[in-house]
Amino acid sequence: MKTVSKLMAAACLFAGVFAASEGVRADEPIKVGVLHSLSGTMAISETALKDVMEFLISEQNTKGGVLGRKLEAVVVDPASDWPLFAEKARELIEQHEVDVVFGCWTSVSRKSVLPVFEELNGMLFYPVQYEGEESSRNIFYTGAAPNQQAIPAVEYLMSEEGGSVERWVLAGTDYVYPRTTNKILEAFLKAKGVAEEDIMINYTPFGHSDWQTIVSDIKKFASAGKKTAVVSTINGDANVPFYKELGNQGIAAEDIPVVAFSVGEEELAGIDTGPLVGHLAAWNYFMSVESDKNSEVIEKWHAFIGDEDRVFNDPMEAHYIGFQMWVQAVEKAGTTDIDAVRAAMYGQTAPNLTGGTAVMNVNHHLSKPVLIGEIQDDGQFDVVWETDGVVPGDAWSDFIPESAKLMSDWTEPFSCGNCEKPSS
Amino acid sequence: MIDRKSRDLSGNRILGAAALGAALLFTAAPVASEPSEADFHAALQALDTKKFQQKAQAIEHLGTLGDPRVLEVLESLAKGRLYVRKDGRVVIAERSGKKYIVQDAVSGRPESEASKKELKKIKVNNRLRRLIRGVTGQLALFSDDPDRRIKAADNLSKNPNPQILTLFRQARDRETDDAVRAKLEVGIAMLELEADDPALRLAATATLAETSDPDIRSLLERRLQTDAEPNLEIRDTLHGAIETIDRKLWLFGIAENLLFGISLGSVLLLAAIGLAITFGVMGVINMAHGEMIMLGAYSAFMVQEIFRSVVPPELFGFYLLAALPVAFLMSASMGVLIERGVIRFLYGRPLETLLATWGISLILQQLVRSIFGANNREVANPEWISGAIEIAGGVTVTLNRLCIILFSLAVVAALAAFIRYSRFGLNMRAVTQNRSMAASMGIRTGQVDALTFALGSGIAGVAGMALSQISNVSPNLGQNFIVDSFMVVVFGGVGSLWGTIVGAFSLGIVNKFLEPVSGAILGKIVVLIFIILFIQMRPRGLFALKGRAAGD
Repeated sequence: MKTVSKLMAAACLFAGVFAASEGVRADEPIKVGVLHSLSGTMAISETALKDVMEFLISEQNTKGGVLGRKLEAVVVDPASDWPLFAEKARELIEQHEVDVVFGCWTSVSRKSVLPVFEELNGMLFYPVQYEGEESSRNIFYTGAAPNQQAIPAVEYLMSEEGGSVERWVLAGTDYVYPRTTNKILEAFLKAKGVAEEDIMINYTPFGHSDWQTIVSDIKKFASAGKKTAVVSTINGDANVPFYKELGNQGIAAEDIPVVAFSVGEEELAGIDTGPLVGHLAAWNYFMSVESDKNSEVIEKWHAFIGDEDRVFNDPMEAHYIGFQMWVQAVEKAGTTDIDAVRAAMYGQTAPNLTGGTAVMNVNHHLSKPVLIGEIQDDGQFDVVWETDGVVPGDAWSDFIPESAKLMSDWTEPFSCGNCEKPSS
Repeated sequence: MIDRKSRDLSGNRILGAAALGAALLFTAAPVASEPSEADFHAALQALDTKKFQQKAQAIEHLGTLGDPRVLEVLESLAKGRLYVRKDGRVVIAERSGKKYIVQDAVSGRPESEASKKELKKIKVNNRLRRLIRGVTGQLALFSDDPDRRIKAADNLSKNPNPQILTLFRQARDRETDDAVRAKLEVGIAMLELEADDPALRLAATATLAETSDPDIRSLLERRLQTDAEPNLEIRDTLHGAIETIDRKLWLFGIAENLLFGISLGSVLLLAAIGLAITFGVMGVINMAHGEMIMLGAYSAFMVQEIFRSVVPPELFGFYLLAALPVAFLMSASMGVLIERGVIRFLYGRPLETLLATWGISLILQQLVRSIFGANNREVANPEWISGAIEIAGGVTVTLNRLCIILFSLAVVAALAAFIRYSRFGLNMRAVTQNRSMAASMGIRTGQVDALTFALGSGIAGVAGMALSQISNVSPNLGQNFIVDSFMVVVFGGVGSLWGTIVGAFSLGIVNKFLEPVSGAILGKIVVLIFIILFIQMRPRGLFALKGRAAGD
């Protein structure tokens, strides 16, 4: 009996300490977790996202923080190691007790942290364009879904303006994002009446560096007398040797344009873009777009980072929008409680840097404009086409039969990520 | 002549109109009245619009003017160098640092520099670039420079259309250069395939059978498939021509794979030679070998940056030569540091060496990442190794790959000669074959170990400098090569330079012959399985050392 009462006392003490600490928290900073690789293969892309989060948090703090409390970034390094992502996510939520996490780049890292966020009821903002076919209550997807990037890009190339392309090479790195995107694109192309023999699909391993055979195959494939284009979901380091080989084998964008979904200003920084002028990329943001908002943010970014040459790219803009929406949602909810903030997220708006307004939808995806740009010799893109307004992101593709009937709506009464659409 | 308002904007019509304009210019130029200055000016200003459709009209109109300035204007437009100044005039501007050097597009006179804010770029897209290529191609077909003529003929025959035929024939009749004339003949034949006269069609087919271009093959095939060719005799010739081209393409295909294989082999060889010394000769399992390659690549980057800021631009192309010793010394001194600091305490303990060097590789990677950042660094290909040579029928070899093939062979030859003939080479062989005997002969084995390791690392650095021309220069560069390097050395035979060469080239060629059949991923897997099986049968690799040299 005695031991029991001792235990009870201890528990009470614990609870007391906890309550006390709750009281203190009003002056404590709100912790924002940053889960981006700072070492390993993905550091090339993710380091800039860590920098931009520090930039956004310092900006917000000069404005007085959120709810009268300062923000504090908790930066961890998952080192491009997918299981480590899950461990670090757990560390952020359980040990550091962060109120929100901004992080991940590759889909495999997102898939690795997803169960952790669902188990511990965390909140993750994921800023990168991805393959869709996923919807989690605990993740907000601020990058593009396939219908906000891949499909419009292919439609553009099919149009007269884009060159009336009839023959397609779908080239990608061998992992989940390219495979799913290409599955969607293949179904889309076939629905548009493109014949089987006019589609060539090719996968290469991560970091593939010898592109001679593949580029020469693409050349042969393109010699059938029909206008041909390459849709590239090649990711990461493999892009530089791929583009170098294209340039060296003399494939000009006028003859065989390559449209890429993973190549932005940051990736082009390592390439001489002279021979690549005219190849395309589809994003929701380009640094070169002229708008007051854009130049203001870029100016502040350069001042913060202390380097005029640093670029600003699409996933960075996604973090910019996601962070702003989260700040507004916390202000609206009046607390950092995850469930309250989540409920306040729906319908939040934030200005896009390229003009117009992004909206957070109930399926945790944004409505954003789609831009198509051509590579210029200074490593920037010139926008050659854009959607009239914003395009709402679609979690489940309409071009995969088993996904077409699914819907995602995290508000009452559905509160579900992958339910069958109500038939009425 | 043509009602401009009602003109349809389909590509053919535009090209046709431009062709007519160009034809007019060059046949009747002296007679035609000089187009007025105002006309040219107005046509130029018409480019200043947001709509690509209207820009296309303006380009097409410029093409019909027959003004000699049109060529420069359109070429600047295609390159993205045409801007609109604040005062609304169209100018040609080129970036130079933060400023733009401006030149008036009408008079060609230089004017005051402008900042980025004062200029608005006239954007073009691929469709306009194609259109411009057609228009300028027709103008350039009569240029004084044969290289430009050949390029123009090439570009024009990419979208063959009947109106160009007249132009091609005129160009052929006045052509003096054989290579250009041959190109023109092929272009004419492509168009004459559709001529009304059967004799012309037959002759065209015969001309085309001489070529080995897959584009032309599919053109011939389309003639057959669509039943566009009524004449039975010509149909037979078409079949024959396709067969001839197919035979050539098959041969070229093999030649191409062989070439690609040799090229891949030379990359493997470069990556592996350094390891052949440190692992092959010294027996050190050096997991940091890839990072020695990376250091070499970063040395090339640093030398390039120094050249950019110090050396006059016309000498910039030679930075690679200067980078060679820098890369060698950089990696070699790092090698000495590693050997003296860590590896020498671990001789004879391969597992510990493996772990320690793996740790070193991670440290080096993160060190470079902290100094240079995680991003790829651009190491430019100097002018003299950019581009490609077309050997025949679409078999192209890019110059940078050709240089790497030659360079790798040169490095191996130099290394082999060094080990065979120099005093240090002798000591090195003595120490690795029998350490205690060498020591008792008065060779300072510790020093030899350090220098041998430095040599292997230095060569890895030189390899990195060369690989910076075809690969990413990023902190991860080394990781891409480490597995392949070990594969080559183990397959070729540990301790044998000759084995490394044969191993590298045979793996490269096998890989490239497998790739078109199985795809890149499966190809790699098949090669790995093959090596595993091979090592089961011959554990010491292709060229095993025999007798006492084999050591244990």
